Order: sequence, then C-alpha cells, then structure tokens
Amino acid sequence: MGVENTLGNNVIVTSLDKVVNWSRSRSMWPMTFGLACCAIEMMAAGAARFDLDRLGVLFRASPRQADLIIIAGTVTKKMLPVIKTVYEQMPEPRYVIAMGACACSGGIFDSYSVVQGIDEELPVDVYVPGCPPRPEGLIYGLNKLQEKIMKERNSFGAAIGIGERISPA
Amino acid sequence: MTEHVAVSKLKEKFSDSILNVAEFRGETTVTVKRDDIVSICAFLKQDIGFNFLTDLCGVDYLGKSPRFMVVYHLYSIGNKVRLRLKVPVPENDPRVDTVSGVWGTASWHERECWDLMGISFNKHPDLRRILMPADWEGHPLRKDYPLQGPDRAPYQGRVS
Repeated sequence: MGVENTLGNNVIVTSLDKVVNWSRSRSMWPMTFGLACCAIEMMAAGAARFDLDRLGVLFRASPRQADLIIIAGTVTKKMLPVIKTVYEQMPEPRYVIAMGACACSGGIFDSYSVVQGIDEELPVDVYVPGCPPRPEGLIYGLNKLQEKIMKERNSFGAAIGIGERISPA
Repeated sequence: MTEHVAVSKLKEKFSDSILNVAEFRGETTVTVKRDDIVSICAFLKQDIGFNFLTDLCGVDYLGKSPRFMVVYHLYSIGNKVRLRLKVPVPENDPRVDTVSGVWGTASWHERECWDLMGISFNKHPDLRRILMPADWEGHPLRKDYPLQGPDRAPYQGRVS
C-alpha cells in the first residue's frame, strides 16, 4: 500500500533502449553545414515559419555537439575531404541526411568535379529528393529519421559498452 | 566609325606585333604576337591609361592552329574606354609571359587560366591551381577533356 500511494500514477514502465531512442530522436542536433541552394531551404526550415526547434532540431556550430549532418547541396570533389573531416569529428551515434538531388545522386551535375551522390563516401540514413526540397520535405525526412532511430535495438547497451547498436536496415 | 584611340597609338609603336584589328558592335579587338604582350600591356597601362584588367581568360579552339587564345579585357576607368587583346598560343608550347607585373590582379586570373586550360605563364610569381583540388591531374576546361572525368565512362544517353 505504502509504495503504491507514494508513487501513485507517476510510474511508467519501459525499456532503457526506448528511453535512449526517444531522447535521441527528439533531440537531433544537426551540424550547421550548407553547401548550395538546398542550404537556403534548410535555413528556411529552421526559421520561424517552419521552426525546426519545435522538433528538438537545433543547429549546432560545432561537429563535436552534433548528432546529424544534413548534406544540403552539391558535393564537389574539392569539398569532399572537408565533409569527411566534419563527419569524422562528430561523436557517435551520428546520422546523415542527403538533402536534394545533388547530395542523393549528383543531380544535374553529371560532371568531372562533382561527387555522384554523398552515399559514395558517407553512410546515408535518409534521402530527401527534390531540387531543392521544400522545408516540408526536409521535415518529413527528419520524421523518417526519428522513426528509424526509434527502431534501433541495444542502444542503451551500446552506450554503456555492452555490444553493438543494432540499426534497422 | 572612328578608329579606337588606343589602336592608332598601338599601330604607331608596335606595328610589327599587331596581327589583326577587329571591330564588332562597338567593341575593338586587337590580336597581337605572344612575345610582345608584356610590353604592349605596360604601354597600354602607363601611356594610354588602361588601369583596370577586367578579365583574363583562355579559349580553346580545338582543331584549329594555333589552338589556344589568351584574351585580355582592359578598361580605362579615367577615359571610360574598353579594349580587348588576344594572344594566339600554340598547342605544343602553351606558355605566355605573365602580365601580373603590370596589373596585380592578373596573378589569380592567370592561375585560373593555367588550372582550367593548361596555359602556363612564364615568370608568374605563384602558379598554382586555384579552383581544382591541388592534386588534380589535367585541365578540365580543355575541349578534349572528358566531361564526366577521366575515370568514368562517358554518358551514352538514357539506357531505359
């Protein structure tokens, strides 16, 4: 009786994985990193009208504080080493969204100087097509990434050093 | 139409090095010999007042001889006059003397020209690539450079 009264209706029983997944998917902090016109739409998505802050998506100015990198624009071969460095500086777990036709596949730039899709170099989690995608498109992609993070297993165990995080394909 | 002010003075001083003078829609183009470009540019800047090098670029006339042309767009801010200089450059010896001693801005323009066209500039203070990665091979704006790059098969049209 005593215990039941003390806690009342304030107890939620869940798994630690779900708690970790929930906190990660509701605070995806992207790297402030734009490459081309898609970055304008990304900024529009972050600004007052679409307001990514309400999803817990806060742009960070340092890769050390970022969980997510949105590849927003054309990736040239000269820029690729910079992007890889920024990605490697991000702490695990880290996610990649390829935003727009150029980041997905090279887009219209079928050219000697352009990387034909960032998935040649980075593990992409979500592809957002469009040229450029509207902010709704990017928000839909972020929602898809949230769903994907929620399906991860052993995320708590991996955080304390037991086993690997298992991500759905 | 009256002759361009600079052209008559150039004809006086450098009559041997002028190959052609063309006039089209109010724009004057003087084609000159490659060996005299620095002295001609210095003369145009110091004596005629072309104090601004608007642009310097290379053109690839693949299949023609000489293959390349280096084009100088000059502007005189004081006199509000424009002039275009062209220098033919052969394929087997693609080099021109630098004019970066005349206009400082030519330094980066010539780096771009070398980077993309493969036209080298003698006595240039710092001839490095400016747009392409430093370890890039080849000069991609040449007409015989494959559009998709040397390591990819060229586009064959839609398959499906």
